Amino acid sequence: MSKQSKSKNALSAVLAVICVIYVLPVVVVVLNSFKQNTYVKTHTFALPTGEMWAGFSNFIKGMTFGNYPFARSVEYSVLITVASTALILLFTSMAAWYIARVDSPICRAVYYLCVFSMVVPFQMVMFTLSKTADVLKLNTPWTIPVIYLGFGAGLAIFMFVGFVKSIPLEIEEAAAIDGAGPVKTYFQVVLPMMKPTLISVGILEIMWVWNDYLLPYLVLDRTKYMTIPIHIQFLKGSYGTVDLGATMALILLSIIPVIVFYLLCQKHIIKGVAAGAVKG
Amino acid sequence: MAKKKYGRRNHQPTVLAGQIQKWWWLFLLPVVAAFAIGFGWPFFQGIWLSLCKFKTTSDATFIGFSNYGRALSDPSFVHSFWYSALFAVTSLVFINIPAFAVAYALTQDIKGSNLYRTVFFMPNLIGGIVLGYIWSMIFDGILSHYNTSILLNSTYGFWGLIILICWQQIGYMMIIYIAGLQAVPGDMIEAAEIDGANKWQTLFKIIIPNVMPSITICMFLSITNGFKLFDQNLALTGGQPFTMSPDGTTIKETEMLALNIYNTFYNSNAASRGTAQAKAVIFFILVAALGLIQLKFTRDKEVQQ
Repeated sequence: MSKQSKSKNALSAVLAVICVIYVLPVVVVVLNSFKQNTYVKTHTFALPTGEMWAGFSNFIKGMTFGNYPFARSVEYSVLITVASTALILLFTSMAAWYIARVDSPICRAVYYLCVFSMVVPFQMVMFTLSKTADVLKLNTPWTIPVIYLGFGAGLAIFMFVGFVKSIPLEIEEAAAIDGAGPVKTYFQVVLPMMKPTLISVGILEIMWVWNDYLLPYLVLDRTKYMTIPIHIQFLKGSYGTVDLGATMALILLSIIPVIVFYLLCQKHIIKGVAAGAVKG
Repeated sequence: MAKKKYGRRNHQPTVLAGQIQKWWWLFLLPVVAAFAIGFGWPFFQGIWLSLCKFKTTSDATFIGFSNYGRALSDPSFVHSFWYSALFAVTSLVFINIPAFAVAYALTQDIKGSNLYRTVFFMPNLIGGIVLGYIWSMIFDGILSHYNTSILLNSTYGFWGLIILICWQQIGYMMIIYIAGLQAVPGDMIEAAEIDGANKWQTLFKIIIPNVMPSITICMFLSITNGFKLFDQNLALTGGQPFTMSPDGTTIKETEMLALNIYNTFYNSNAASRGTAQAKAVIFFILVAALGLIQLKFTRDKEVQQ
């Protein structure tokens, strides 16, 4: 018995060491965001002490770099992520209920097209999609959620239909007999029951849209609108001499909300990701 | 596998179904309309344009399959295909073995396993562009001491991207393996132990066959993720270093398929867009076929329930 617990302690110690190695890259980002730019490349792993210490100057520089304020990119990222996720959750769950309950040939066709869209890589449609978005004026942060609803419908429909099929029909029938119409039945009976799947799909969509680079980069009018990933890519890509300290400061600013979000709803995130992985 | 057979064929059409059907414009139409705009129309237009000569979507003229010929004879495309294939297979091994090992360790009821799981999964939430720049700083921080850079040597570029992708995805696959391992019936393992099986025999004869569905999913995911990789590739090396081949075309040594398609679309030569769209169709067929093949291949090895 004590031999077994000893080997378990050893295993735990090994995992603890790997964990420390695992968080090192983030630690390095923190160190360098407080370091004078010239030392980032030469003293990447050193503590920002003495003359290397830059205080918050990297953050100030990064926030005001170029002619596009970082705060505005953050605003657009938040807007697009929240609006797209809300739109996807509302409309795909409604459509999934319709598809599962009506179950007509059209429903089946829509369902299979959605499942099919999950295996299509974005490069297949990126050129034509960005042109379509231009023509339909879907190229602003306020309208791009429609594109996300369309391109992201596959996984959401797949997960919601799977869940609706597991709900016993009797509950909805009882509501219908009591005189509730479909709209009332959906919003008062079905939607509350879907809560666990709504959370899982919501988490997956938030993670996708927040981190997405290429779709908003091609669809949005870049001179007016940037998101956080576009801003960071722009910073690194288009200035001759890249200010690494300022870039690291912005990277730190962009991952802090993600890590806070993760620590707050870790359980849901891990559950949602596990549920979404089964999409194969 | 999760793909459930569709339909409740034995169920009579309900009163409810009839009632819902009248509200199709509210329940079904918004998604169908958005799907047509965000996927359906661009997809079909993409297939059509791959058969055309065009600079924008409005000036297309049909030319048959010559775009496909140009795509397949483009050395940079062929290079990026083999590079992506090598990357996908390498990452499959380097992601899945550690992910399974860690998942196995974490299900052995050890102290702090929740904390470890939290840490291992964390990188998965960071976006590809940001990941690329974090690691390019780290690699160059090391390589600058040897007067080189990740942009100068394609071997560094390849293994750098492998390290990056492992850091990002081991935690993700670990979660799937943990779910699979927790579903292995405990009495089966006990029975094996009573029969005198050692740890390794239990692992290979009982546990691995039982988590085969998880292994199927993870292998499928890591191969397709490997082929579809874009953001990390763009941010870490952007295809560098570049070399000139004897016929004058530039080979971007660490450029993967998705980035090659992107660069063909949006380079200064708008006439190459037909070729780019043909490449995109080939890429789509590859990714879709890969999914089907791997699914079929690994399904045979699953435990029959």
